[in-house]
Amino acid sequence: MNTASVSLGASVSSQSRFTQLVLSAFLGIFVIGVVGFSHIEAVHNAAHDYRHSMAFPCH
Amino acid sequence: MNLFRNVVFIAAIAGLVAGVVLACMQAFATVPLILKAEVYEQAGGGHQHEHAAAPAAPAANATDTNAMSSAAPAPAEAAAPAEDEGWAPADGFERFAFSVLANIVTGIGFALVLVAVSEFAGGIGNWRQGVFWGLAGFAAFTLAPGLGLPPELPAMPAADLTERQIWWWATVAATAAGLGLIAFRKSLPLAILAVALIVAPHIVGAPQPDSFETPIPEGLHHQFVVAVTVTNLVFWLVLGAVVGVVRGRFTGTATSLRDSFA
Repeated sequence: MNTASVSLGASVSSQSRFTQLVLSAFLGIFVIGVVGFSHIEAVHNAAHDYRHSMAFPCH
Repeated sequence: MNLFRNVVFIAAIAGLVAGVVLACMQAFATVPLILKAEVYEQAGGGHQHEHAAAPAAPAANATDTNAMSSAAPAPAEAAAPAEDEGWAPADGFERFAFSVLANIVTGIGFALVLVAVSEFAGGIGNWRQGVFWGLAGFAAFTLAPGLGLPPELPAMPAADLTERQIWWWATVAATAAGLGLIAFRKSLPLAILAVALIVAPHIVGAPQPDSFETPIPEGLHHQFVVAVTVTNLVFWLVLGAVVGVVRGRFTGTATSLRDSFA
């Protein structure tokens, strides 16, 4: 397991490591959700071309 | 929160770079096709109304024509502006700027997911590993949902928005889980389960519209599907590669992580 020693933030405990990684993943999903999937009209219109270009469900 | 800070830092750089690259590709490859489709969208409205300039929704047009044939046109015309969709960026620079912003912000979002998930598997050690992770991200976020819900242009018919969004996220999750099982669990039953997970959303099937009738020419749509798929492929490859490079600089031991993939 010599690879583990060069992982990011290897000094933190495994439980804290798990929590922080899950937290970052959910932050990412939240960001994608707001910009790409929000039903608010103004948000939809602002990112309209982007949503189409990413093949996100739109309209 | 040392690890969280590192993940956010790497994701911010990778998302910024890949988002700017994607925005540039979209400006040349996909946005011109969207603008063309909007001409068809508004022309479709113009056939049914005298006021071609009003960009009413296609669904509203269908009901409006029924109303206009039976009742006086005045109420229908009054209803059209109310149907209009709130604030929107002005065409031209403002619209482009918001697209770039959306690209960068969601680029960081995708990067956060990519970095977090890859850290569970030992992390992306260099740009080549990043390219493989990028391929996986492309398969999960573009290819799989794009099979059931192909990229759509304005004025194209589609099923209920919320149902499609639920199917989209479920497909992404199932495909990602399946790919993860294949890559990181050396077991035949789990590999079979993985294939089942990847196939399942397509057996369930994506929500489809009642009718596929659209003023958009099929050639234009096909061009758009190709443009969206290819631009997203490049986006994911760049995203993965940049994560690998930045993370390598961060840990200073890029090459020793080579064995961690599969």
